[in-house]
Amino acid sequence: MKPVSVVQGTMVPLPRADVDTDQIIPKQFLTRIERTGYGEFLFFDWARTEEGEPSSDFFVHDPKRQGAKVLVAGRNFGCGSSREHAVWAIQDWGFDAVIAPSFGDIFRNNCVNVGLLTVELPDEEVARLQEMAQNPAVVITVDLERQVVEAGDYVVEFDVDPGVKERLLNGLDPIGVTLLEDEAISHFEDTRPAWLTR
Amino acid sequence: MSGRTLFEKIWDDHVVTGDDPALLYVDLHLVHEVTSPQAFSGLEQSGRTVRRPDLTLATVDHAIPTTARSLGIRDPQSKKQVDTLRENTEKHQITYFGLDDPRQGIVHVVGPENGYTQPGKVIVCGDSHTSTHGAFGALAFGIGTSEVEHVLATQTLWQKRPKTMAVEFDGPLLPGVTAKDLILGMIAQLGVDGGIGHVIEYRGEAIRALSMEERMTICNMSIEGGARAGMIAPDETTFSYVEGKAQAPKGADWDAAVEYWSQLPSDPDATFDTTHHIDAANLVPHVSWGVNPGQTAPITSAVPDPNLIDDPIERDSVARALKYMDLRPGTPFVEIPVQHVFVGSCTNGRIEDLRRAAQVVAGKKVAAGVSAVVVPGSMQVKAQAEAEGLAEIFESAGFSWREAGCSSCLAMNDDVIPAGERCASTSNRNFEGRQGRGARTHLVSPAMAAAAAVAGHLVDVREWS
Repeated sequence: MKPVSVVQGTMVPLPRADVDTDQIIPKQFLTRIERTGYGEFLFFDWARTEEGEPSSDFFVHDPKRQGAKVLVAGRNFGCGSSREHAVWAIQDWGFDAVIAPSFGDIFRNNCVNVGLLTVELPDEEVARLQEMAQNPAVVITVDLERQVVEAGDYVVEFDVDPGVKERLLNGLDPIGVTLLEDEAISHFEDTRPAWLTR
Repeated sequence: MSGRTLFEKIWDDHVVTGDDPALLYVDLHLVHEVTSPQAFSGLEQSGRTVRRPDLTLATVDHAIPTTARSLGIRDPQSKKQVDTLRENTEKHQITYFGLDDPRQGIVHVVGPENGYTQPGKVIVCGDSHTSTHGAFGALAFGIGTSEVEHVLATQTLWQKRPKTMAVEFDGPLLPGVTAKDLILGMIAQLGVDGGIGHVIEYRGEAIRALSMEERMTICNMSIEGGARAGMIAPDETTFSYVEGKAQAPKGADWDAAVEYWSQLPSDPDATFDTTHHIDAANLVPHVSWGVNPGQTAPITSAVPDPNLIDDPIERDSVARALKYMDLRPGTPFVEIPVQHVFVGSCTNGRIEDLRRAAQVVAGKKVAAGVSAVVVPGSMQVKAQAEAEGLAEIFESAGFSWREAGCSSCLAMNDDVIPAGERCASTSNRNFEGRQGRGARTHLVSPAMAAAAAVAGHLVDVREWS
């Protein structure tokens, strides 16, 4: 996994609560067995007219929003299904960070595992960022090392789990790290109750 | 030192190393076709292998057809995904309940009915409804594909310790009120994000009285309340369900297991980070009216009015939901017509669910203009329903009787609800487009769905005959 330390770029506001992973990537794209190529399906239905044509009213196909790096979303973003495809689609479209008041638990874990930075900020800070993000030219910096979000004069600090921070900054392969514990895992296996081992 | 909760006991007994995050050992890893191919190919690319194929069980459910098995899989991409799972399980010697296996079914139906699901286990699967297995007093939660790969390679997962939440269901249930209504009522009250970061333990008189299948319905929808997992303490109901199942412990192992399981329930002096009370004694059947499971209300009430909501974000989300659902504020729920009825899913596709639905439709006919489908949760459920005569009841009433799978719950196969049409569904999610682009879902219990099929509109099953 690529290390993550500073994300800098323009923002996209998505001021809706409880955006579920079915919206982020609808089910018809989950039969693929590849791990990449989901960007064009991001928010597939929301990004289309009723006739099913791509619409520039939604950011995905809006020329002014191309190249944005930070999605500023509503509370409980990424709730619902565990599909990691949702995170792959957000990343494939071009985002490197998502800021929201809260996230679905599984979605947030999936983000850590693929190096998509999630930043949790209080409702009022997210509302301010969404207002700033109305202007597609405003550039924001999310600095994981210093744990700050900056845009012009605006500066706000954020909390991050120390373990998550270390993994993201170093781009650690979690399986490689765990395999260093092989002896502890084998020892644990020797102590499991008999009825679980037959 | 105060006592420990059910969750804390299982957590403590599975820590391999570390504190927070801890490296947790996984006793059972369930695998299906949709969230596993990239995990297996990741393993391959890094030259790793499956550590414990014996603790891994695979089946196909999400994207498979529910038409006759002899017709095969029409969609080439779905077929390739299913073939990929079969090849991966062969290569890594993982038990696989394929399309032709009489044990095939929805992964969360298959685990319990074959005895893989047991109290005290840590159970994971690349599927958010893994919370279902918590009904046995197991710690069970959904994971993403990267974590699936991690579990395949190491049989462990790094986990932050979640917070604990007790939800007490006070009082006995009124007649005609089911487990589905309990959990919908809870989510309506606590919200779809009420459980974020928590493991819920469902407690109280109403919960203790539930059968195992009803408990699974409750725990299944924990994720719909935002919770990491949901659990119910194991008791005699649990033990008698597990006993004799194919993979259940036998002989002296059984006695040792029951002794261990019996000490798992939360100690009387255990404390939870959060406690909520639900007045179960006054709960009535519920129906969802919006585009998330929290947008749910008693069937006796009417479509809400967004203009009466103060919070601007909440007002906006209700208004957006009503637009998608094409509903007018003030419309009584029982006047809402449906064109489709779906009975099935990991929430309500078990034998007791089918019995309840069959009881309602026996001797009646599906209303003109309604397309009604029953999709058993597994091939074993299907066989049992056929043996009990339920299939005949459904078919004579005009229901379509299908092979097992996830089907219209997420409509990855051909069982898609057309745009603009309305479905009374026993599944777990009413998200936009979930059952088909532009399709409108109303979540209900099996009895309510069956009654809607006959009436042609939503009904309060308690007042209906």
